Amino acid sequence: MDETTRYQRLLERFRNGDLERRTFLTLLGAASLGAGLTGGPLKGLQRQALAATPESVRFDGWGGVVSEAFRKYAFDPYTKNTGITVIDGTFASGDEYLNRVKAGQEGEYNIFHASGVFDYARYVNLGYDVVLNEDNIPNLQYVMTALMEPFRGVTGGKLSAAPYDYGTTGLAYNTEKISKEEMEQKGARILIDPEYKGKIGGSGDWRTRIWYGALATDQDPNDIKDMDAVWDAIRAHRDLALKYWGSGAELMSLLAEGEIYVTEGWSGRIAALQQQGHPIGYYDAPNGYAWQECLMVLKGSPLEACEELLNFMLEPDVAIAVAEGQNYPPSLDPTKVDLGEKIPELPAFDPTGKLAGLTFASPAYWNGNEAEWSKTFGRVQKGY
Amino acid sequence: MAASDAEAPGMRPWILMSPALGAVVLLLAIPICFILVYSFWLRSAVGSEQVGFHLDNWVEVLTDRFYRDILLQTLRIAAISALLCILLGYVPAYFIARSTTRHKTVLILLLMLPFWISYIIRTMSWINILGVSGALNVFLLWTGAISEPLQILYNEGTVILGLVHFLLPFMILNIYVSLDGIDPNLVDAARSLGATGWQAFLQITLPLSLPGLAAGSLLCFVLGAGTYITPMVLGGPRDAMFANLVFEAIITQLDWPLGSALSLALLVILGSVVMLYTRFAGIGQLAKSFR
Repeated sequence: MDETTRYQRLLERFRNGDLERRTFLTLLGAASLGAGLTGGPLKGLQRQALAATPESVRFDGWGGVVSEAFRKYAFDPYTKNTGITVIDGTFASGDEYLNRVKAGQEGEYNIFHASGVFDYARYVNLGYDVVLNEDNIPNLQYVMTALMEPFRGVTGGKLSAAPYDYGTTGLAYNTEKISKEEMEQKGARILIDPEYKGKIGGSGDWRTRIWYGALATDQDPNDIKDMDAVWDAIRAHRDLALKYWGSGAELMSLLAEGEIYVTEGWSGRIAALQQQGHPIGYYDAPNGYAWQECLMVLKGSPLEACEELLNFMLEPDVAIAVAEGQNYPPSLDPTKVDLGEKIPELPAFDPTGKLAGLTFASPAYWNGNEAEWSKTFGRVQKGY
Repeated sequence: MAASDAEAPGMRPWILMSPALGAVVLLLAIPICFILVYSFWLRSAVGSEQVGFHLDNWVEVLTDRFYRDILLQTLRIAAISALLCILLGYVPAYFIARSTTRHKTVLILLLMLPFWISYIIRTMSWINILGVSGALNVFLLWTGAISEPLQILYNEGTVILGLVHFLLPFMILNIYVSLDGIDPNLVDAARSLGATGWQAFLQITLPLSLPGLAAGSLLCFVLGAGTYITPMVLGGPRDAMFANLVFEAIITQLDWPLGSALSLALLVILGSVVMLYTRFAGIGQLAKSFR
């Protein structure tokens, strides 16, 4: 008899009243201790133990105003309604979080704010996905179909995540130094224009660099034919750039302080700069880099509790409050939900709910090249 | 019985050292063994590990010119930073050691004050000082010394500046401890025998403070060579150090096996520097600075 069957029998006895709660928990505790000491062989049992007693659910996100909005509009009402506490964690990058999940135990991390379908696919490839029962998340009915389909494509028609927001990585520029006309005329090539040497910035993320390298060489970022030309464009950018930024805060600081005049930028961060009154323009070039974020549930999590929390987070009031806080449009279909006045003004917002004008990264294409491209970029970035 | 009595004194040092040895084994030796094992695995296509005994990572680390060049760049930056710390640290250490003020303790406390602030915050503070809109440029523009802001940040110079800022207290403290242990009567004796103040310093104080200088230099060099935050915050696109490669391999590329090989390579190289240093400077000399 394997550990899972043994556990299920134990649980059945407990539910039938044949086993006292204290005895049941003692046995589970002993099993958990064993799992902690022995690791892998008893991992499954530990996962089930966590799933059976969801006193808390862990959510990890980007922090800041988004976290505050989640806490106020979703987590507190959820806890009040279910008695389940939400443990709120943060991370600095998707890569860093994936490393944490890899190093952790199943069930240690439950829901997180994933970036991009390719990120979702990475977790799926590593076996961290679950199958959500969509009947338990009625608010999914408000979510744009166009945002759900790519996720379904990765997980055979099922979902391990709920799409939550979307945005673009477009070209941000100082309007006092670069005109709108020049920006539109040069497009991505402005990032390799020697006229702005020392005043050009760029994301230090290999995907963004390659995407814009493809645009600068007039190639389809989802089907690059001449990779050498892309690397040359990245080298040219590197030699002209002052700094690669690694976080939204750094991006905003470089632009706001006038250290750089042009860079790629995240639409929400640029919207925030514009709201603060900085002379920063934003231009989404044709085939610009669009992405969507989702709330992904990880393997080993208490599923029903997570599904209920997702439903709270997808509640239109919550999703709109978070969207207004982070300046990214929510995944809610604007033809089904009134999104208020601010959201339709955000960069990348699509009032049709079809997202036909945005180009998203093909997960199969980008993840298939991840190992080679991320490594090569690390070298090119350092002068090779 | 007699044999047991004879063995007991021999075992005593081991028993006394066992807590420290246990900590070293549990917190250092075993984790390093895990890293060593990882370094022989391979990254699979999806980012998980392919278990086995493969030398691919080691062959890549030891033969690829890219890693060698970044390593040399790292050692050069660390050496320059340590040297600058010596030049900038000796005078304050000397001043504090020779100070007769009753507030000497306050001076030492002030020296430790930076440690109360996060290293990252301290590093980022240079952006507000040297940036285009930073304090220095604003001041120079205000005085009319310049008409356009100077582009000072994001190059190797600012990386070294950040490292010196981080490492200087370590150097000053080491030199101070060494100088404070020198008997002032030795200098007085030299002066009474006709030596000038400068001669007394060169022939008495400086040689006797060398152990502290050596310990400080080693500490600054090793800490500088292992840093990755400073080049990330204050460096330009090309200003990477070896620890940045470890970070990228593990975090960005999800290649834990290669990251393990890289981190062990750095550990071995810095360990070798320490061993060579103690071989030529003498471990006893380093220990003297703390007496």
